[in-house]
Amino acid sequence: MSLITPEFGLLFWQTLIFLILFLLLAKFAWKPILGSLKEREDSIESALRMADQAKIEMQQLKAGNEKLLAEARQERDRMMQEATAMANQHRETEKARATSEANHIVQQAREAIQAEKNAALAEVKNTAARLSLDIAERILRRELADPAAQTQLVDSYLKEVKLN
Amino acid sequence: MKHLLSILLFLLTLPVFANEPAKGAESAQAFNPGEVILHHVADSHEWHWFSTDNGNFVSYFPIIAYQPGKGLAVFSSEKVAEGKSYDNFKLNEEHLTTLDGSKVYDFSITKNVVALAISSILLVVVFVSVAGSYRRRAGQAPSGMQSFLEPFVVFIRDEVGKKSIGPKYERYMPYLLTLFFFIWFNNLLGLTPGAANLTGNIAVTMMLALVTLVITLVSGNKNYWGHIFAPPGVPWPLYIIMVPVELIGIIVKPFSLMVRLFANITAGHIIILSFISLIFIFRTAAAGLLSVPFGLFISVLELLVAILQAYIFTLLTAMYIGSAVEDHHEEHDGAHANDFGTAEQRQGGSDLGHFAQPNVAAH
Repeated sequence: MSLITPEFGLLFWQTLIFLILFLLLAKFAWKPILGSLKEREDSIESALRMADQAKIEMQQLKAGNEKLLAEARQERDRMMQEATAMANQHRETEKARATSEANHIVQQAREAIQAEKNAALAEVKNTAARLSLDIAERILRRELADPAAQTQLVDSYLKEVKLN
Repeated sequence: MKHLLSILLFLLTLPVFANEPAKGAESAQAFNPGEVILHHVADSHEWHWFSTDNGNFVSYFPIIAYQPGKGLAVFSSEKVAEGKSYDNFKLNEEHLTTLDGSKVYDFSITKNVVALAISSILLVVVFVSVAGSYRRRAGQAPSGMQSFLEPFVVFIRDEVGKKSIGPKYERYMPYLLTLFFFIWFNNLLGLTPGAANLTGNIAVTMMLALVTLVITLVSGNKNYWGHIFAPPGVPWPLYIIMVPVELIGIIVKPFSLMVRLFANITAGHIIILSFISLIFIFRTAAAGLLSVPFGLFISVLELLVAILQAYIFTLLTAMYIGSAVEDHHEEHDGAHANDFGTAEQRQGGSDLGHFAQPNVAAH
């Protein structure tokens, strides 16, 4: 029966020693151990979080690079296109300018030719008139010895003039 | 540290080699297994290492007796050993009595008190050195004893403390860890031949259960007491039955803790001693062919029981504390479930959750 009746003395010593043990362990063992464990877990957790963040940043950087590359490519295409367009436009304007220049020159030439022609025609007319007058003078000098013939001639001239 | 442990183990192991044959010589006259076994599992005022034909090898401890009116008397237990009487005192089957029948309180340093002091010093030395390793090796991987004990500390914290108590677990961790390692170490030390059966002593388990009870009662919040004095969802006439039942429940929980640990450890010791006793009952070494394998089997099983009982005691303590500090409002349950799960999930979450049922008194 002594097995299941608690001894008062042992109960006393157990209480005393267990409480001292508890206080000693709590202060000098559990506090530093649990503190260190928590610290270590926190540092592992933060390291993992940092790694994750670095991964995300890397991805962002990569995505940024690709975006930059795509933009550069786009820019290059745009510039090429612009240059082509500009060249085409330039060619077109040059062509137009050349055409108009040519037209202008042709026009000028045509005008000059016209003027030359007019001058030449005028000269031909003058010359023809002078020749006619000379011829007429000479004829008149010879023909107008006869007055009847003079009158006749005048009449015929007049008739001609009217016709003109 | 290692040397200290090995010296201690050597000291505790030494008697077994000499012990058993010596007892055989004694029992040549009359071998009473019941008496021998009880003597081995019970507390004693002396530490009986072993006996030879030339005499007993016994360590005697001081007896501290307090008599109301007469004051304190301190003397060696050698003076009252083997039926002798000293002054007014006599040992009656390890129970200190007075010759004139007056009342005496026995505060003696018994075998269990010495074993308790040794194991406490061992615990302090081991865990303070482990704490030292944490300080020295801050930021490094654990090594040696630290790496052996760390999984247990983490297990008690995560699987027992966090799961059973909930968000307020940190306050109770020092007690839970002290409890677990105290019971485990003493269970193991109790298994070493010649050592005291400390955790199989009802006074020790009673004190541990009382501490758990006090912590539970002190931590009990409004909700806990509400469930006891006004169980929700119960019509008030039933309170006449329910409240006494709940009040009995408060006492039954630590009582079951006390009995479970005491019974498991003592039973294991009695079984091992019984197998060894067979040799002396049959008075033939051939009985050893049966006793040794069975004794070995039970001893190995006891190694498992040592940690299992420490775990169960700690887990149940954590659950009692958990029920005392829990805020069990329906609207708060969702928030709690995120971090720690509800009480029901927590109890069922452990692999050994079925030990949580108080009716599992012994394994």
